[in-house]
Amino acid sequence: MKKYVYIGIVVFLVIVTYPFWSVSGKALKKPEPKLDTPEIQKLVEKKCVEPKEFMKREHMKLLNEWRDSALRNGKRVYVNSEGKTFTISLQNTCMKCHSNKKKFCDECHTYAGVTPYCWDCHVAPKEEEGQI
Amino acid sequence: MSMDRREFLKIAGAGTILGLAGLGLFERVTEKDIEAVVERYTKDPSAMNAKRWAMVVDLRRFKTEEDYQRIIKACHKIHNVPDFGNPKDEIKWIWVDTYGHAFPGQEHDFLPEWLESKFIPLLCNHCANPPCVRVCPVKATFKSPDGITQQDYHRCIGCRFCMAACPFGARSFNWRDPRPFIKEVNQEFPTRTKGVVEKCNFCTERLAKGLKPACVEESKGALIFGDLLDPDSEVRQVLRKEFTVRRKAELGTDPSVFYIIGGSENV
Repeated sequence: MKKYVYIGIVVFLVIVTYPFWSVSGKALKKPEPKLDTPEIQKLVEKKCVEPKEFMKREHMKLLNEWRDSALRNGKRVYVNSEGKTFTISLQNTCMKCHSNKKKFCDECHTYAGVTPYCWDCHVAPKEEEGQI
Repeated sequence: MSMDRREFLKIAGAGTILGLAGLGLFERVTEKDIEAVVERYTKDPSAMNAKRWAMVVDLRRFKTEEDYQRIIKACHKIHNVPDFGNPKDEIKWIWVDTYGHAFPGQEHDFLPEWLESKFIPLLCNHCANPPCVRVCPVKATFKSPDGITQQDYHRCIGCRFCMAACPFGARSFNWRDPRPFIKEVNQEFPTRTKGVVEKCNFCTERLAKGLKPACVEESKGALIFGDLLDPDSEVRQVLRKEFTVRRKAELGTDPSVFYIIGGSENV
């Protein structure tokens, strides 16, 4: 009888640790969001609404602020840290430049395992098949 | 260390003064910070502003089927309103109904024929005292400072209390994913998702750019739009001249959409 108990424990441990040993040694590809959309290429000064580091870290907070400002307070223009103004709109401002949702948004979101529900309602830009 | 009463009071007093001074300084700094954040958001200088947006529907100018369809299509197209093709799932921002249904209690057996068969264009009344806002448990629907009753789809949980509360049937629920039922998606406006309630927003996104609502623009003068609290506005000028009625005004919701009943000569 004891034999079966030991076999059971071994099988259990193998199954439980499967996610760890099955990927050991294999490094996940680092996400590399692409910025080479036609709109961005056209920009003389390749700058987002705020500095790159800020956007990397805080874009989700900024988007939340934008949403509340536009919808709740009726203020639909954003003045950035350099004094430049932008229309507050995910579809008409953010995605006009970043027209490559798959290679820009999804690249990191998939890696980080987050699934923001922006696109349940907001319309993602049309991406042609094979377009980077 | 021993301390007499006098010494203790001296130190305590000095400490209090220092503390209060420090507090004042701290408060001043935070106030400045908050101001800096607030100033980051402004309005477009060309935006149309009002204290309370309102509309007059001039029924005399709705003559043909095309007059109704034009405004409905203009609205539903730019706002990505789906067409499920069945009345149970119907989503409507602007729709039509009979006089008896639009103004219950006002109909009687001896109405003129032209009024009995006339369709009334209907939309959200953007009430000054909106019951839908009162019942919303998550504050997804709210009153904006310009008098528009708005709906925040980010926050809507789809409980449909607002639909039960609205006496005008101005709200529709997305029982199904609306995306496949939008013929031509307007890339500049979001769609909705399954499980949220939606309705007319008085084209708040257009007003922010200085444009009148889409239906008003398409109506060829049959819909008049303006600030109800500005005595010189177009709406007020019409209200001063014409006799107007509002839907179910007796319920006390104070609707902002007025109707000029007429148009016998069109039939």
